[in-house]
Amino acid sequence: MRYLPLTDADRAEMLEMIGVDSVDALFEDVPQTARLDGPVDLPRHKSEMEVERLLTQISRKNIAASEAPFFVGAGAYKHHIPSSVDHLIQRSEYLTSYTPYQPEISQGTLQTLFEFQTQVALLTGMEVANASMYDGSTACGEAVLMACRITKRRKAILSGNLHPHYAAATHTLAKYMDIEIKDDAAKPGGLDDIAADIPDDVACVVVQNPDVFGQVHDLEPIAKAAHEKGALLIAVFTEAVSLGLMKTPGAMGADIVVGEGQSIGVGLQFGGPHVGLFACRNDRNYIRNLPGRLAGETVDADGRRGFVLTLSTREQHIRRDKATSNICTNSGLMTLAWTIHMSLLGDTGLRTMAQLSHEKACELADRLSAISGVELVTDAFFNEFTLRLPKNAADVVEALAEKGVLGGVPASRLYPGKGYDDLLIVAATETNTDSDLDAFEAALKEVL
Amino acid sequence: MAMNTQGRPSAPLHTPDPGAYDDTFSGSRGLDQAEPLIFERQTYDKTGVDFETPKGTKSRLGALERTEDLGLPGLSEPEAMRHYVRLSRKNYAIDIGLYPLGSCTMKHNPRLNEKMARLPGFSDVHPLQPQSTVQGAFELIGELAHWLMTLTNMPTVAMSPKAGAHGELCGMMAIRAALDARGESHRRRVLVPESAHGTNPATAVQCGFFCDEIPAGPDGRVDMEAFKAKLGDDVAAIMLTNPNTCGLFERDIRAIADAIHEAGGYFYCDGANFNAISGRVRPGDLGVDAMHFNLHKTYSTPHGGGGPGAGPTVLSEALAKFAPLPFVIKEGDSWRMVEDEADARAQGAQPFGRMVAFHGQMGMFTRAMSYMLSHGADGLKQASEDAVLNANYILARLKDVMTPSFDGLCMHEALFDDRFLKDTGVTTLDFAKAMIDEGYHPMTMYFPLVVHGAMLIEPTESESKASVDRFCDTLEALAHAAKAGETERFTAAPRFAPAKRLDETRAARQPVLRWTPAASEA
Amino acid sequence: MSTRFTKDHEWIRVEGEEGVMGITAYAAEQLGDVVFVELPEVGKTVAQGDELAVVESVKAASEVYAPVSGEIIEVNSALEDAPATVNEAPQGEGWFVKIKLSDKAQLDAMMDDAAYAEHTK
Repeated sequence: MRYLPLTDADRAEMLEMIGVDSVDALFEDVPQTARLDGPVDLPRHKSEMEVERLLTQISRKNIAASEAPFFVGAGAYKHHIPSSVDHLIQRSEYLTSYTPYQPEISQGTLQTLFEFQTQVALLTGMEVANASMYDGSTACGEAVLMACRITKRRKAILSGNLHPHYAAATHTLAKYMDIEIKDDAAKPGGLDDIAADIPDDVACVVVQNPDVFGQVHDLEPIAKAAHEKGALLIAVFTEAVSLGLMKTPGAMGADIVVGEGQSIGVGLQFGGPHVGLFACRNDRNYIRNLPGRLAGETVDADGRRGFVLTLSTREQHIRRDKATSNICTNSGLMTLAWTIHMSLLGDTGLRTMAQLSHEKACELADRLSAISGVELVTDAFFNEFTLRLPKNAADVVEALAEKGVLGGVPASRLYPGKGYDDLLIVAATETNTDSDLDAFEAALKEVL
Repeated sequence: MAMNTQGRPSAPLHTPDPGAYDDTFSGSRGLDQAEPLIFERQTYDKTGVDFETPKGTKSRLGALERTEDLGLPGLSEPEAMRHYVRLSRKNYAIDIGLYPLGSCTMKHNPRLNEKMARLPGFSDVHPLQPQSTVQGAFELIGELAHWLMTLTNMPTVAMSPKAGAHGELCGMMAIRAALDARGESHRRRVLVPESAHGTNPATAVQCGFFCDEIPAGPDGRVDMEAFKAKLGDDVAAIMLTNPNTCGLFERDIRAIADAIHEAGGYFYCDGANFNAISGRVRPGDLGVDAMHFNLHKTYSTPHGGGGPGAGPTVLSEALAKFAPLPFVIKEGDSWRMVEDEADARAQGAQPFGRMVAFHGQMGMFTRAMSYMLSHGADGLKQASEDAVLNANYILARLKDVMTPSFDGLCMHEALFDDRFLKDTGVTTLDFAKAMIDEGYHPMTMYFPLVVHGAMLIEPTESESKASVDRFCDTLEALAHAAKAGETERFTAAPRFAPAKRLDETRAARQPVLRWTPAASEA
Repeated sequence: MSTRFTKDHEWIRVEGEEGVMGITAYAAEQLGDVVFVELPEVGKTVAQGDELAVVESVKAASEVYAPVSGEIIEVNSALEDAPATVNEAPQGEGWFVKIKLSDKAQLDAMMDDAAYAEHTK
């Protein structure tokens, strides 16, 4: 077996040193009835060639985003990733290292985490950020729990235009924590009137921007209304590239900002691993209630700058049942990919990437909504918009797929049984070419 | 003769004093390059990514367009390459040497797995594409699920949890849902051994439970009398790691399972140490109701400096129907993802909820599948055996110079305490830092909490005998040095790492969690 | 009145109806560098043995228990920005809270200097 260095001669010698006569003896504490005589009922080992052949065959049963005109979004977006990103994250020293618990031999990971935290803070317009969560949806749930700890209140209001998966993940996380969560009704193309009626005992209101239908919102009035009641505004984004063009949630008054970082450096990955971004105010009460790891700056014994994981008394390995979260392993390598891609982009590249995505979406929205019977539901958007179709959107998406176009997400898939059968959520990015747009327009005309 | 008249001496003209200069002008030390933060380069007018020129279409963002810059510096590609390569060289890694972190299973990461995960049909697929276009993704999830269920002899596996702790949450939420369904919501007490990972109590609390600690017996295992005394009709579950965090198999595991079931509770098994028994012992045969895998440990999807992980969680018959959304089913020849509650109920399920957007860590599934197919049933069994053999060999070789915490054999990790350092002035921490100078990543230290100054060594199956021997020689030499009074060797360590010991107190007292322009000017 | 000690390493010094308390020099030394102290709110009523505060070092968080029952009348908020004071002067400037005692008799069962010194031997 190519991955196992011990030879039978080694094994025999080692058993002798240990003073037992067989490997079985090493398993003597396992109850006799639970010891298997032979291997489990699964195939025997395979060569690299065989594994590669088998898995390649399975992978070919999928249509990759790069193989078709591609317009699927709703929480994950296809963007260009420079080749250097994937090369760098496969460096042994990044790929095959553990959590940086020994800072003297982990400065590489720790400094990149510090850079990541700084970039996330700058991108969101917030003061500090943590070293990542699993993804945007779990970050959203953790933000609600954090807001409850900060305000010492037990209620949260979720905007109806929050990605339903995010809302569901938040409900699950809060389910047994004695927290009451109210879901506003969705309003495609608008925003539920979340600011109008915030009770005094609410810890936070949670608003996604751009929302799941693609509509963009001014968060300032919501922040103001929340703050008047002593509640926090949690701003959520699923498309990090939108921040390349838009006002930051921090500038609009958000107290905690969480989102999905997948658009930068990570790729689609069929939903995971992604990277959850988590930023907040630099207030002691906030910092002490943050979930997850934090890298911080310090000096070593020679007075040279270095970085460590810090404020760990918040975390499960020290605080156990009083930890702010049970999270341990996070999205380490994805934060690195994110940071490298963001370092390559800089303000200049990010703005261009965002502008191109916006322009493609604007053009696509105009062309598709010019088709008879198609109506644009979202009037202000970044790179994602919602169309009302004259037919069932789920059927349309299947028909488009048969014509080789991956044409978006039917809203009914996210909101089953809510009467959105005719709504289609469409995303465009800088990766879409003019011929992609032509193909989508032509196929939609044919299908409708 | 054609003589070179320039001289070119091959040795210095004067005998140097090696200690005369220990600094450099650049701050770099040979291959260890000093590297500033990217923000300190102040390169705001640069980018390393070329795009087509935007047309300048009028914005449709309403009044929400940002006018000022964010302050994100950009780097050209050569600058970025150099920055991140230089930083990478300040990291230890499994590809560099033995990485004996107990409870972390730092084994070799086959590069075939990386290649497979990057097949466009896996990596470049959207989770919300029409289901007809992702049949291969579902098939892979289904196949991996089959392997995981077979290896555990359990009827169901929830694939969506994102990491081990998330899997714990999945299993414990399923238990909570099952108790609620039984009308026994009053059961809130969860028994957790004091040697447990911190994630166990943290998870229990997130499910609305509270923890009651079970002490360890003198043999490092659950104290059965104390455990039985804690059983009652308010007990929801026990959370037990097996092999436990002392590296020992819980011999009484069947009796523990029977007793907790008898008392009306469930048995959660923390699968962090499954590498000791994968392919050799099936948790389903031990009475387990729920167990998460750490695919990034046992099945070698790399740790990546702290993640990502993946935590599929197997569930017993009693818990199966409470598994979270979404899940994959096979109908005839095609696969389908059940995504919403109504659909799930139609399948007879009662999911406790959705834990995450989309369908879990596909990128880790492909890596784990590639690893498992490569090993096969025979290789997985051999890997566990070799992991246990390597750990026992280390225990046997070091038991006379270091102090094992418990008598007898161990499973895949060997636990020592700091008694051998008594009166040497060397602590477990110092000993660990001296290992860095010797070219090794230290073992897990000060965990588990049940022994003093713990040193938990997990070599994994990836080490050759020669490698393990060199490691043992080094630890032996260090132990002798400590006892011989070479205290400075330890307290001044590490001397040869990219950084000396870091001031963690300062980091915590005056937290600096990001770069700011002001900090650079100061 | 002299200082009294608990077996969990809290001290309390009482004058009249009020006591000032903190953690002992022995505890501060065992904890190592204190990096944060979480103090209760003024006005809170505690019973003897209740969790009163949390003191954190880099790698540990330890609960501090109320040595006596009573009402919190003042907290040493200077510790928020200067947690090192707990290491420097644990039984002086590094005090945690002032308590208005509800049952002075509780002091009788606590240790004096000599007994505590014996306890930590």
